[in-house]
Amino acid sequence: MIKGKVWKYGDNVNTDVIFPGKYTYTVTERSEMARYALEDLDPRFAKEVKAGDIIVAGKNFGCGSSREQAAICLKLSGVGAIIAPSFSRIFFRNAVNEGLPLITTKEAPQHIADKEEIEVDFEKGEIHGAGKTFGFPPLPANVMEIMNDGGLIPHLKKKLKDQA
Amino acid sequence: MGKTFAEKALAKKVHKEVIPGEIVVVEPEWLLTHDNTSAIAKTFKSIGVSKVRYPDRAVIVLDHCVPAATEQYAQNHKAVREFVKEQGIRHFFDINYGVCHQVFCEEGFALPGAVILGSDSHTNTYGAFGALAAGIGRSEAAAIYATGEMWLMVPESMKVDVRGRFPQGTHAKDLALRILGDIGADGALYKSMEFTGEAMKALPLSQRMMLANMSAEMGAKNGFFAPDEHTLAYLKERAKGPYEVILPDEDARYESTLEYDLSVLVPYVACPHSVDNVKPVTEVQGKTIHQALLGTCTNGRLDDLSVAAELLKGRRIHPDVRLLVFPASWKVYREAIHHGVIDTLIESGAVVMNPGCGPCLGAHEGVLAPGEVCMSSANRNFKGRMGCKEGEIYLGSPATVAASALAGKIADPRELLAAAR
Repeated sequence: MIKGKVWKYGDNVNTDVIFPGKYTYTVTERSEMARYALEDLDPRFAKEVKAGDIIVAGKNFGCGSSREQAAICLKLSGVGAIIAPSFSRIFFRNAVNEGLPLITTKEAPQHIADKEEIEVDFEKGEIHGAGKTFGFPPLPANVMEIMNDGGLIPHLKKKLKDQA
Repeated sequence: MGKTFAEKALAKKVHKEVIPGEIVVVEPEWLLTHDNTSAIAKTFKSIGVSKVRYPDRAVIVLDHCVPAATEQYAQNHKAVREFVKEQGIRHFFDINYGVCHQVFCEEGFALPGAVILGSDSHTNTYGAFGALAAGIGRSEAAAIYATGEMWLMVPESMKVDVRGRFPQGTHAKDLALRILGDIGADGALYKSMEFTGEAMKALPLSQRMMLANMSAEMGAKNGFFAPDEHTLAYLKERAKGPYEVILPDEDARYESTLEYDLSVLVPYVACPHSVDNVKPVTEVQGKTIHQALLGTCTNGRLDDLSVAAELLKGRRIHPDVRLLVFPASWKVYREAIHHGVIDTLIESGAVVMNPGCGPCLGAHEGVLAPGEVCMSSANRNFKGRMGCKEGEIYLGSPATVAASALAGKIADPRELLAAAR
């Protein structure tokens, strides 16, 4: 269960505005990446975002590059979840692998407003916001397993240890 | 019920029938990485595995910031070279080969029926040779180094059926932009696109590569072309290993079908800051530009450079425009020299750069200043993409780029061709 303030954005938020390409090979420490999160879309975001805040966006969130830093910088900014009608394929994978929860649902983004406080119950698959409750579908089981282990690398370490 | 290409390619990998939406674990034939290999190597080591499981399946091409523009880039390249030596990776291409997606094909890794994963979003390019080729993230590449395998979802498939011939001044890139404008940047999200029809069969491999490359901008997992005699002839002297042509069944089930007639196309331009903000060039012409970019992994092959050179021949680019040319590889560069194309480009005032990704990711070699506008043949026009968020990028065909470089403003290549007659 997470509770946080909404940062609302439109359709096709791409990886270049989430984590600009010019930093791809210059900002290499994970701990520094959050500072540049959404720099070219919303300069206030990195300064004001708080742990548990939730991004609610339009379709095709994360389109563009395969750069994993786009997912890492949002995860390390403390973003608790991203809610959108659809996610770009590689961004979806990267977010799962970083343990950043993505919620794919059409209805909630239409009603939830910017700056609103909302609640997400992952176990029940419910979003409480805009005075309503919105359901959302669970992630596929193997994806859920990676998320529950905290991302792909911890998941893999666990798996390799179990096999040893 | 027949099967699509993606269903058959993945079924072959897992030795059983598969259906869209199903998750399968596959061992890709190849894993492509580039300058990001150093970060991937670091993650790989954090897993606690010391040796790459299948070093012969790793293909590494340095191309994103080449030659190194700063000490930090140099350090990054150095770390990649050390990793290559340490792990005994044979398929390593240093800065003297070109852009990874072109080099991968030239060196014969793009094989029909193969499952190819790469830590670059334009890995889709190899679908031009009948491969199932998709982009993944860095952690996933590290995981493949460790285990040799990765999960994939079996995609739904979308058919793009194309007939007719290109009117003069319009090119395959205009078709890519037209499709993007029609279906949007998420129009093929998670889907496997199959480009088919008489017009696609007549398309040269270079332009199939461009369309497969641009399928990434439509959200697609891959963009497939059925291998034909041209594909097999190209592979004859370069295929790195055996391959099996996999074709979709005649009665395969598609999630949707798009139909296009090339004869009604015009030159199109994708306007800032979205690849699907597409308009006919006639609606955008006259917009002042400061830079023109010809080349990259999208449109940097010999026929692309030749189309531009034909328009530029005997003319000078506008004095207020700088035209940057990035051939897709050093092989392309040499062919272009051999055919006199480079000479024509330089004669017109173009600055020919070394093959590489240059300003396409905004890292170096031709980034924009605030307020500047670039007419580019690359694949993305996102805000900040060329290093400056107050810059604007328009996308078009090499012909539109050349015509615009001459005019100093976005121009319709058909007008230039008409005037020349």
